[in-house]
Amino acid sequence: MIRVVLPVHLRTLARVDGEVKLEVAGPASVRSVLDALEARHPMLRGTIRDHITQERRAFVRFFACGEDLSLDPAETTLPEAVADGREPLMVVGAMAGG
Amino acid sequence: MSGVRVLVGTRKGAFILSSDAKRKKWDVAGPHFAGWEMYHLSGSPADPDRIYASQTSSWFGQVVQRSNDGGETWEPVGNKFAYDGTPGTHQWYDGTQHPWEFKRVWRLEPSLHDPDTVYAGVEDAAIFKTTDGGKSWSELPGLRSAKGELWQPGAGGMCLHTIVLDPKRKDRMFVAISAAGAFRSDDGGQSWRPVTKGLVSKYELPDPKAEVGHCVHCIAMHPSRPDVLYMQKHWDVMRSDDAGESWREISGDLPTDFGFPIGVHAHDPDTVYVVPIKSDSEHYPSEGKLRVYRSRKGGNEWEALTDGLPQSDCYVNVLRSAFAVDSLESCGVYFGTTGGQVYASSDSGDHWTAIVRDLPAVLSVEVQTLR
Repeated sequence: MIRVVLPVHLRTLARVDGEVKLEVAGPASVRSVLDALEARHPMLRGTIRDHITQERRAFVRFFACGEDLSLDPAETTLPEAVADGREPLMVVGAMAGG
Repeated sequence: MSGVRVLVGTRKGAFILSSDAKRKKWDVAGPHFAGWEMYHLSGSPADPDRIYASQTSSWFGQVVQRSNDGGETWEPVGNKFAYDGTPGTHQWYDGTQHPWEFKRVWRLEPSLHDPDTVYAGVEDAAIFKTTDGGKSWSELPGLRSAKGELWQPGAGGMCLHTIVLDPKRKDRMFVAISAAGAFRSDDGGQSWRPVTKGLVSKYELPDPKAEVGHCVHCIAMHPSRPDVLYMQKHWDVMRSDDAGESWREISGDLPTDFGFPIGVHAHDPDTVYVVPIKSDSEHYPSEGKLRVYRSRKGGNEWEALTDGLPQSDCYVNVLRSAFAVDSLESCGVYFGTTGGQVYASSDSGDHWTAIVRDLPAVLSVEVQTLR
């Protein structure tokens, strides 16, 4: 079971409270977790990664276990602590004013 | 009971302002979609309970929301805006060609007849259409074939911000794009051509009378006389009497002819409204006086409407989509400002009051007349 923490605006959009808990078959990666997340909450498609290119949106980051995973290839296997649910994968909106 | 519902999009959410036909007491609901930029909300003329909203964010991209109950509840619908085929390229600031990249929806224009059919004007400029209530969107690519390779973004982005549907010829429609110009389709959006003859952009274009490249800010039409179009260009207020085939200037005695919105009275196609702004770099009213100008003669002769509007120290702007009229017997006129005020007049602009004064910067105002 993988735990995903979404930024507040995406929790509101997806109508979820707290963490999202997902089952992902095989080795978990950012890509496979997002695939599972979007399958359960289709309204999130296009909000974390681009609809067409599937690239991470510029002002969204992925944090886990104190590391910024945003620049890793999306298919990179996530840390074991994320894969077994001890630590969440955090989807974070970049800091900005306004 | 008749009344009005004013749909307000702001930089940080949407608000719905409701009143009975007297338009004296207002109920303010919102913010909906708090924290998001709400570029446009628009109700279906065929079903007033059907409302569409463009919700966008630099962080999380584009969302389209739909309400089936007059804005009480909402559901996200399709947000995939994929350009048809290979996106192609347009002019970039450095003279090179730049690929089309979807950024946001500026305008949602529901069909006059079918609540499930909506046109979307987007940045980078293109027009999309849904026929399933927003679940899926398809581009009408013929527009970008109208010399799209020559289009170039203005400082506000290359946005398709105006869509005008002809109520008498069901396949005719007009769009306006900053900074590409005005275009007309006579076949339901399949093919398009520029309709810019008579536009002159002396300080913006190397060829002031070029076919494309004019920074058209807004176009308005009265439904009873769809061949007459009014245009607020970057500079110049213009009029066409032949469905865009040719344009003539009607700025007349306006104090300045720069501005963003333009509107037409609900019952008199010769009564036109603009909100002059000092200049292209000073986006606020001249002399700190917020004045709507009204012509009762289809242009050239304008009167300042000031009663109830601030006449000192006012330096707000009124954006292109932030002006609307209702169609009650005594025509209501509404506009929103970048200072967060929404002003209303229930007597064609003679007297104004602020419905709200402290919203986030207002991006768009639409009004639904409920009967």
